[in-house]
Amino acid sequence: MPLLEMRDIVKEFPGVKALDGVSFTLDAGEFHSLVGENGAGKSTLMKVLSAVYPHGTYEGDILIDGTVRHFRGIRDSEAAGVAIIFQELSLVKELTVGENIFLGQEPQKFGVIDWAELYHRASSLLRDLELDLDPRVHAGSLGIGQQQLVEIAKALSKDARILVLDEPTAALTESEVETLFGILEKLQAKGVGMIYISHKLDEVFRLSDTITVLRDGRTVGTHKAADLTKDKVIAAMVGREVGDIYPKPDHERGDVAMRVSGVTVYDLDDSNKKLVDDVSFEVRRGEILGIAGLMGAGRSETLTAIFGGWLGRSHGLIEVDGLPKRFHSPKDAIAAGLGFVTEDRKRFGLLLDQTIVDNMTLASLDKVSGSFLTDRTRETKAVSGQITGLGIKTPSAFTVAGTLSGGNQQKVVLGKWLLTEPKVLFLDEPTRGIDVGAKQEIYAEINRFAKQGLAIVLVSSELPELLGLSDRVVVLHEGQVTAEFERENASPEKVMAAATGQIGQ
Amino acid sequence: MSETKTKLFDSSSLRAYVMLAILAVIWLLFHWLTGSTFLTARNLSNLMTQMSVTGILAVGMLMLIVSGNIDLSVGSVLGLAGGVAAWALMTGYSLPVAMVLAIGIGIGVGLFQGTLAAYLNIPAFIVTLGGLLAWRGAVKWLLGGNTIPISDETFKGLGQSYIGTSLGWVLAAVAVAFVIFMAIRRAQSAKAYGLGEANYTGELLKTILPVIAIIAFIWVMNSYEDRGVPIPVLVLLVVALIGGFLTTSTTFGRYLYAIGGNPDAARLSGINNKRNVLAVYAILGAVTGLAALIYAGRVGSATPDAGVLKELDAIAACVIGGASLVGGRGTIFGACLGALIMASLDNGMSLYGVRDFLQDIVKGSILVAAVGLDMAGRRNT
Repeated sequence: MPLLEMRDIVKEFPGVKALDGVSFTLDAGEFHSLVGENGAGKSTLMKVLSAVYPHGTYEGDILIDGTVRHFRGIRDSEAAGVAIIFQELSLVKELTVGENIFLGQEPQKFGVIDWAELYHRASSLLRDLELDLDPRVHAGSLGIGQQQLVEIAKALSKDARILVLDEPTAALTESEVETLFGILEKLQAKGVGMIYISHKLDEVFRLSDTITVLRDGRTVGTHKAADLTKDKVIAAMVGREVGDIYPKPDHERGDVAMRVSGVTVYDLDDSNKKLVDDVSFEVRRGEILGIAGLMGAGRSETLTAIFGGWLGRSHGLIEVDGLPKRFHSPKDAIAAGLGFVTEDRKRFGLLLDQTIVDNMTLASLDKVSGSFLTDRTRETKAVSGQITGLGIKTPSAFTVAGTLSGGNQQKVVLGKWLLTEPKVLFLDEPTRGIDVGAKQEIYAEINRFAKQGLAIVLVSSELPELLGLSDRVVVLHEGQVTAEFERENASPEKVMAAATGQIGQ
Repeated sequence: MSETKTKLFDSSSLRAYVMLAILAVIWLLFHWLTGSTFLTARNLSNLMTQMSVTGILAVGMLMLIVSGNIDLSVGSVLGLAGGVAAWALMTGYSLPVAMVLAIGIGIGVGLFQGTLAAYLNIPAFIVTLGGLLAWRGAVKWLLGGNTIPISDETFKGLGQSYIGTSLGWVLAAVAVAFVIFMAIRRAQSAKAYGLGEANYTGELLKTILPVIAIIAFIWVMNSYEDRGVPIPVLVLLVVALIGGFLTTSTTFGRYLYAIGGNPDAARLSGINNKRNVLAVYAILGAVTGLAALIYAGRVGSATPDAGVLKELDAIAACVIGGASLVGGRGTIFGACLGALIMASLDNGMSLYGVRDFLQDIVKGSILVAAVGLDMAGRRNT
């Protein structure tokens, strides 16, 4: 009997089927990796397992030890032995290591925390993991790697039998990775089942017994790792044919509109850690340049830094139309003719409580309204033009942006930047979270912009989209350019191999 | 969704009508409770004068709150600015110098605290909480714990005199003409560029209430022994008009709503968040200096505890008027209405003879209830 069985899991979000009948099994002591592109459904599947999405919000069954379980919340799944270590660390930095390990399940005596017992048990857990750590130090004073190991100790304190690790090595140094792997092997020998999510295929092949590939919310296949090769896995991950929903490129490349060289961006919290390291590229008028890369490759950071919007340290040379430029703030970049449709429109793009007009004119008030006095009439005229041009479905230009559908919201953000009359337009994940029909409309718009001579830099986690639209693709891996392909040479396999660090230029 | 509703009943104007209705209920209730003394020209004139200092502060505070910031120090700054003005007069400086000093101190403090909050990233709450203590300390030091009486009649007039009846009617005529002119312009521009047709009826309907309010207001003020509009109320009206103009008709105002609504989106749209926030602190400072002059003029002296708790009155007025302390939402009109509601409660309860501790309990409860109802209403829509 398998330790865990997930049967025909279906999870829908408004307008999107994130999981479409995924099945997954895990035996005690098995090391099972879950791979797939960004958005393939890996994290969603694990959130179903850990009851971040509780029973009733998805279809299908979860069986542990052969019994169907209905988890109402994370506490239920934890009680059943499921522990997840998320990409983002969830330790409370202000509390000690011991307090963190037992957070929410502190040993008590007469309703009062039994500190001696807590630290005693914390010490023995850390010893089991061969961690030389004082449980009384603050979690925030530890390095990222050690924090990750404390998270594992926390999972073990709950007698986890199923341990889910989501990109656990993203922030670790090589020696920390070795320590982590050593611990995982020991836990495996004790019969803990491991579910391992990673983009790093080297690690996946080194550790796994079994590999499951997900794509578009479906299981592509589950195989013994010994029967697979990296190439086969990559092929299964990208799988799809580049479909017809992408418009035929009919734009012509002109002169270089923007050239950047040596763009280097440092971590906000650690000004010595490079997130982007010496990235250079150019984009021509009428060209769509795609930037490929996996989560954490530094794509958004690169664009934000070029745009003058990075709040930490960054440097690099920027030329627009052959003239060297320095952008101290987004205002400078906008003045030089750059536009930036940021990722996550709700967080970085829109004023959700305000009207379409207020949103769309925000980056160009001095152009479409006035430099001090605003002119609603002129604004409404300019905005109405964009509403028609982009085909935004709205009852009025004064409709509150937050009430629009995702696709129309995204078009409002596009309209905002078109009103600045840019020469170079950055598009960061322009179709995330919108339905297929709206995606197609946005693809047509992007193509139209290029035809009109705009230089476009496109970041997208959806490889087919990126390859379907781009004239040229630059691939980033861990902050560095690993490859560059012309449209005709850019196969999904090659791009994915470069994005996972399998090949250099 | 609200798409099909006409513009007459969009959510923000609906909210304003509800507040006006609540104000009317409060007034009628007090009129009945006080044996018909509340709604007399004399009392309404007093009521307006009483609300003016809080109202002026609320206009500045509203802009700051919209930008997602807060200032807890305005009461203390009001005390300090008034104290400095009275001290300057006593030392022999002329009235204009004293007035410039008071407003200048307000601006200076605003720039200082704004720099700490916007550029050095110290939370606004902390900076101005420190200011609340420090500037109060400064007034006490300056006045040595004493009260400085104000003998200058012009200074006292700032807080105590009236503009007379005929000037009042001139103002009323100008205001009515302006309101109607704006309504026609709105209707025309809707026809020219909007996605619907010109709605003259709707726009003119919307002017009925303001026009009646303007005429009634001047008439009532003039009825009080032919005195006309009190100077403090005139100052409030001017400050509120400027505030309303800044928030609704300038890029600066638009940026404040953007900064408070989504600071990241604002910054990435090329807005200089820090500089705009600094500017609002300076404006609130200037307005506080002005309020200090009126307050001192009305009381006829500068005292070490002038303006204690005024910051909370101003914040409460904004919040009752629909502003969100998270930022991005609120109107000058709402803040002024909030100040009027607060002043009406004060005035009415005093007339009715409610003990002062009970008054505080009632006002506190109403503040929480107003916001609670607002939140409940928002969830339903």
